[in-house]
Formats: sequence, structure tokens, C-alpha cells
Amino acid sequence: MKAPSFAYSKPQSLAEAFELAERPGAKVLAGGQSLIPSLNMRLSAPELLVDITGIGSLRGISVEQGVVRIGALTTHAQIERSAEIRKHAPLLAQAVTHIAHPAIRNRGTLGGSIALADPAAEYPACLVALKATIVVAGRDGERLVAADNFFKGLFEVDLRPGELVVAAEFPAILKEERSVFLELARRHGDYAIIGLAAHKGAETRFVYCGAGATPVFAKRASAAKDLDTGKKALEKDLNPPADLYNSSATKLHLAKVLLTRAWNTLTTSH
Amino acid sequence: MEHANDITLTVNGTRVSRRVPARQHLVDFLRDELGLTGSHIGCEHGVCGACTVRVNGEIVRGCLMLAVQADGCTVDTIEGLSDAKELEALQKAFHERNALQCGFCTPGMLMAALDLTKKNTKVTREEIRAHISGNYCRCTGYQAIVDAIEEVVNGQG
Ligand SMILES: Cc1cc2nc3c(=O)[nH]c(=O)nc-3n(C[C@H](O)[C@H](O)[C@H](O)COP(=O)(O)OP(=O)(O)OC[C@H]3O[C@@H](n4cnc5c(N)ncnc54)[C@H](O)[C@@H]3O)c2cc1C
Ligand code: FES
Ligand code: FES
Repeated sequence: MKAPSFAYSKPQSLAEAFELAERPGAKVLAGGQSLIPSLNMRLSAPELLVDITGIGSLRGISVEQGVVRIGALTTHAQIERSAEIRKHAPLLAQAVTHIAHPAIRNRGTLGGSIALADPAAEYPACLVALKATIVVAGRDGERLVAADNFFKGLFEVDLRPGELVVAAEFPAILKEERSVFLELARRHGDYAIIGLAAHKGAETRFVYCGAGATPVFAKRASAAKDLDTGKKALEKDLNPPADLYNSSATKLHLAKVLLTRAWNTLTTSH
Repeated sequence: MEHANDITLTVNGTRVSRRVPARQHLVDFLRDELGLTGSHIGCEHGVCGACTVRVNGEIVRGCLMLAVQADGCTVDTIEGLSDAKELEALQKAFHERNALQCGFCTPGMLMAALDLTKKNTKVTREEIRAHISGNYCRCTGYQAIVDAIEEVVNGQG
């Protein structure tokens, strides 16, 4: 199918983008890898697309004073290729290879993925596991939102009209910390049946994708002292919705399989 | 009302300027406006890979990029890369190993495969499969495609 008619504009500055994005019927366009399919299928009919890819300040990866900052327009492919990410954010380096296929990773962006907040998407779960901060900005200035609070519901995030995701920030991994990302999908690159972002630092966090409307932080399992208790606790933490192919019970079973694998990886010393 | 924008881009080495509807995606532009029908259209939502083209040296979904977004870009299609002989080895291997039947997926498959040869490292069959995971073939069962790509990427013998 073909997209309905819309106008297109490509602002070069954030100020200009805020003004355009606030207009009724406006929609922000980043990599287009989720938005354009929805336009082609006529699931969405905006009047104006505001292409933010010309705004240089939204690009790039930096690591300063122990904080990793990834600009919203950084593509999946850039994250995949980044030596800094491999070194300081191995969780994301592992997760990114599960996102779609090379041609899609070349255009899809971190900001688009977190603004969309698909319940099966990898980044939101990783960002909750890493206790990241989402930097958002609008005409009235910048706001810092904890990833824990940013993902509010199914495809629902804490973004006000006219606001953009600017970046995500989180602590670089420390020497004694460990991260692992695991995912089960029907086919490489498909959205996850279920995925697990696990991080063991001062606190341990097991955060699932594909297990609910938002990333699900399995609090009880994360606090468990041993794997068996953790697996039992998972039954209280998760109530995964069935999808086309898998029942809720299957997903819970698969979630335990991932927990077992992650547990073993996190507890094996370097 | 149909909104339109002026764009100038380089397609297969030739500079072209056109006024395009804002909603037209790149592969429709290439096919309908420039007559480059080698890039195919299957699903139009990013799943099948038939529309794969190269923009500024990187493979992308032609159906998930607007033509207006290609303003100022360099676009290469199967036609240009065939003429430039960049695809010669892959095309020969696909032919010899029966890696195509109806041929609908082939242009996109070759674009994805060429991307892999650019990495200049040996790859496993698993890596080849992961790399072409976004390209559907409804005929061959993939085995022969993986054989052909493996032969070219890893060299014979
Ligand atoms: C076949 C296929 C398979 C896929 N598989 C996966 C997968 O396994 N895992 C996965 O995570 N994703 C997957 N994706 C989606 C892909 O990762 C997208 O790139 C991503 O979800 C959206 O990023 P984008 O930059 O393309 O955003 P766009 O499509 O441009 O935008 C998506 C939404 O976010 C909004 N938006 C974008 N950027 C911003 C911003 N900076 N501030 C505020 N709002 C913004 C847009 O208005 C829109 O509503 C897949 C896509 C396809 C086509
Ligand atoms: S037509 Fe573009 S991916 Fe199917
Ligand atoms: S040869 Fe027919 S779809 Fe691949």
C-alpha cells in the first residue's frame, strides 16, 4: 500500500524542530523504520512529517566521567560498530545485533526506538536494566526522566507534545560488573518472542522485553539469592501476554530458560 | 492536496533533479520516475528486502525511505552495480549454483550479499544467514543462495 498524502519539512535546528513538532497533525520522522511502514499501511495519517535527521546535535556517542551518552539519532548500525559501546556498554552491544536486519539497522535510531516503545523492543529493556536517564527537550527546555518512569504503557512514553528524545545516558560498566542480553525469536532479526536484559552491578536487574506492555523489571527474581528461588519468583513477576504463536505459559517457560542462561553468565567470573 | 518537494541526487553516477510527492518512497521514485525497475517491491513495510538499494554506500530498504529524504544522496541500484561490474562475481555464482528461480528476490539479495563482501573477512554460513535474514526468497530454500555467497565471500577452495 501507499502512504496517504502529507507535507514534509526538515528543520536544521532544535528550536525550529520544536516549533514544527508542536503543530497539530505533525509527526517526528527519524530513521523512519517504524513510522514509514505504519504510513505505508495507512495505520497513521499525519499532516506533516518533521524530519529531524538534519539536526547534528542529536548525533553521536560519548563517554565522559563514567557516563555513556548516546544521541537520539545514533543508528543501530553505529551502535553495533562502536568500540566505545562494546567496551562501556556491552549490554547494548549484545542487544543491537538482535534488532531487525542490516539494511534496517543502517537507518533506524535509538531515539526512534525509545520514543516508539514497542513492547518487544530491545533498547527499552536495556535502558531500564542500566538505570538510564532519558534526556528529552522541548520549547520549555530539557527534562531528565529515569527510564523506570519513561516507559508508561503500551507504546506510551513520557513525552509531551512538541518534545523530542535528545539522548540516553547511563553509567559505563565497571570492571567488576557484568551484563548479558539474551533473546529468543522465530527468526534472526524478528521482534523478540521474549528477551532479557540482565545487569549485575551494585544491584542486579533482570528486565524482560516482550513480556508485557512495557519493559518488565522482574523485581523479585532480581532480588533472589539463588536460581531456583529466582525462577519461582519469576512466576509472580511476569504475566506475559500471549502472541500469535506462543501462549502466556510458553512465554513464562521461555523467560525462565533465559533467566537460567543469564544467571549462569552473570555468576561465572571473568 | 499533494505536497511536493524538489530534490537533486546522484543515481548510478548520474545527477538527477525532480519534483517529487512528499509521500513517495525511494523505490517508487526509482521505478516510476527513473524507470529503474530492477529494485522490486514486495511488502512495502520493510519485511521482505526486495527493495534493497544502496544510499551513500549503505544498504537500506527503498520502501522505508522517502524520495525527498534522498535529496543530496548517492543512490546505487542493481542496474548501476551490474553495469559497473561490481556484482559480477556474485551474479556468476548465483547463476552457476542455481541461487535463483523466479528471480524476484534476487536484486535485493545481491545488494545484501555485496554488502557482506565489502567487509573483507571470511564469514561462516551462520553469519551469511544472519546477514540475509531480512531478504525473503520464496523459491530456493536459501541453501543455494548461501552456497553462492559463501563461494564469493570466502573465495574458492
Ligand atoms: C522488518 C522490521 C523489523 C524490525 N525489528 C525490530 C526489532 O527486532 N527490534 C526493535 O527494537 N526494532 C525493530 N524494528 C524497528 C526499528 O528498530 C526502528 O528503527 C525503530 O523502532 C524506530 O526508530 P526510527 O529511527 O526508525 O524511528 P521512526 O520510524 O522515524 O519513528 C518511530 C516513532 O518515534 C517517533 N520519534 C522518532 N525519533 C524521535 C525523537 N528523537 N523524539 C521523539 N519522537 C521520536 C516518531 O514520531 C515515531 O512515532 C524493526 C523494523 C522493521 C521494519
Ligand atoms: S518492499 Fe521493501 S522490504 Fe518489502
Ligand atoms: S528466486 Fe523466487 S523469490 Fe527468490
